[in-house]
Amino acid sequence: MTVSRELFMQRLAAVDYVADRELPIALQLMEMLGRPLLLEGEAGVGKTEVAKALAAVHGAALIRLQCYEGLDQSTALYEWNYQRQLLAIRAREVAGADPDVVERDIFAERFLLERPLLAAIRRSDRPVLLIDEVDRADEEFEAFLLELLSDFQVSIPELGTIKAQSIPRVVLTSNSTRDLSDALRRRCLYHYLDYPDVERETRIILARVPGIATALAMQIARMVEGVRQEELRKVPGVAETLDWAAALVGLDVKNLHDDPETIYDTLRCLLKTQEDRSRFSREVATRLLGKVA
Amino acid sequence: MMAAQAHILCDAPDASRQMLTRLAAFTCTLRDNGFAIGLKESEDAARVLALDLARRPSTLRPALRALFCAQRSDWLKFDEVFNAFWRARGRARVVHIGLPAKPATSAAQRQLAGPELEPEQGSGVADQMPREGGAVAPESATRGRMQGASRAKRLAETDFRKLADAEAVAEAHVLAARLARAMRTRLSRRDRARLKGRRVDLRRTIRRNICHGGVPIELVSRKRKRRPLRLVILLDASGSMSLYTSLFIRFIHGVLDHFREAEAFLFHTRLVHISAAMRERDVTRALERLTLLGEGVGGGTRIGESLATFNRWHARSVIHSRTCVMLVSDGYDTSAPDLLGAEMKRLARRCRRIVWLNPMMGWQGYEPSARGMQAALPHVALFAPAHNLESLAALEPYLTRL
Repeated sequence: MTVSRELFMQRLAAVDYVADRELPIALQLMEMLGRPLLLEGEAGVGKTEVAKALAAVHGAALIRLQCYEGLDQSTALYEWNYQRQLLAIRAREVAGADPDVVERDIFAERFLLERPLLAAIRRSDRPVLLIDEVDRADEEFEAFLLELLSDFQVSIPELGTIKAQSIPRVVLTSNSTRDLSDALRRRCLYHYLDYPDVERETRIILARVPGIATALAMQIARMVEGVRQEELRKVPGVAETLDWAAALVGLDVKNLHDDPETIYDTLRCLLKTQEDRSRFSREVATRLLGKVA
Repeated sequence: MMAAQAHILCDAPDASRQMLTRLAAFTCTLRDNGFAIGLKESEDAARVLALDLARRPSTLRPALRALFCAQRSDWLKFDEVFNAFWRARGRARVVHIGLPAKPATSAAQRQLAGPELEPEQGSGVADQMPREGGAVAPESATRGRMQGASRAKRLAETDFRKLADAEAVAEAHVLAARLARAMRTRLSRRDRARLKGRRVDLRRTIRRNICHGGVPIELVSRKRKRRPLRLVILLDASGSMSLYTSLFIRFIHGVLDHFREAEAFLFHTRLVHISAAMRERDVTRALERLTLLGEGVGGGTRIGESLATFNRWHARSVIHSRTCVMLVSDGYDTSAPDLLGAEMKRLARRCRRIVWLNPMMGWQGYEPSARGMQAALPHVALFAPAHNLESLAALEPYLTRL
């Protein structure tokens, strides 16, 4: 039943996700133990992409819950469709229906608005549930999430308890803007995503940017690695690298050394604040370019 | 705990008993190294052992790593522990980190027992400043401190001695409680003012009025959630501050107790997060844990570098838009002044206000001439003297306005 790490890595690569050595194992474990996976790492290392790739590998649906401050159950779990309920009440009043029947009817399934969490546990095909940036949600919500992730059942007062049809594959991501509770951490498998090394980044560029030459991809990866080591306010992530690579391909650059001026101008794909931009003078760019073979 | 684990081991399917015993020992080693591993994890680890993954260390290691780690520090530490345990057959012992081991408590006990029990150590501390009382000569003190923190251990031991004095602790708590109350009410009033243009929450209004058949009789209006102010205290615990450290430590203890959201850090040549240790109700135990963390307290100051560490690793999780940062320091800095300015700028961009309390400002002839201080001042909302509880209390009206 278990597939080897290499096979799993190939499957991930087939959906254009280039994983590090350890991630496939964490994903396999997640499958076997039925535990959620908590991903941490700097912004832009591709945490969200992991969930997308996982969904693609298993051919499962991806259900995404984006967390934010003030997220509550009615936006995350379920809510009654009040407007429709009211309309139904009015319509039946006019028709002179029996109040008891109306009352029973009004809390039926079709008046229920499904939100991501409920949708995830009601599907039978084991979807991938991505709970993105869970550190942004309030602590109360985290506690609620913990309960849901251990029981996989929800009780709706008017409908009764809804049990999960299948246990979804849960991926949580965190940017550590707030410390998560130990209980939640304990429940999850943990994986720390780092910025990819040059070799992996090259493969990512090759996989994601169509029509790019291997030599250029490697140069770009080296250059980005150099940029990341500078003192920057906003360190460029993988998405920025891909933007830059696409820009260079679009401008028909074959070699980074051909046209330093264009390279310097397109660096705005990587540097996203004015401060970084001004600090990154031509000299710095030239120095970094010099290191790229 | 061990018995329960053994029970799991018996239940685990078809993996060799010996391997499982080793695994149990491994989880113990991890726990000793500060990993939080429960029974559920041990059980799952036993299941992992039965899988193909366990055949090779190259796959077993990442599997156990994903299972046993819960945060980045664990993640970074794991490989070392794993290699020491499995590769060296458990002979190589990994350093115990973070937990109060035997030699560590002794320092604290010595402090509490009083000075006469202190062993003579660090006879070369003559160039440090006088330990108790007496005017401080800042210039010479800074020069002495340039030599680093290592020799100042004895100094550190005097620093917190008065911490456990019940009366002083109570006083500090009273002030902190008052401050916490004042800063909270101030904040809520500000919220109410914003409520002038009251918005009606349509969805909730409809929901509430379903019992009236949908006729909106009771209006539900939307209110902004009240949010407490968060206070983050960065305390300079270097030698030149030694007279005031205990006072502010008590104050911090009170603040952590009374503010709904507060964090505290101690810095000298490096930065230490002390909130967890200081949340200990019992002051004596808090002191014990603090002494562990505060190794090297009383040495030189590197405000700039400590702030850089703070900005890089802690700011994201402790600071939000309703955070007031209180920096307590005399501003004598041995790191580059440009650094301090730059880091203050960064910090100012992140938080709501910065307060700089300077105990030395009360001294005659003191002026913040240090270049670092000059670079930092433009980013400070309130720069005030505070060298004892009275002066701290006098600041209350200013602090509440932040």
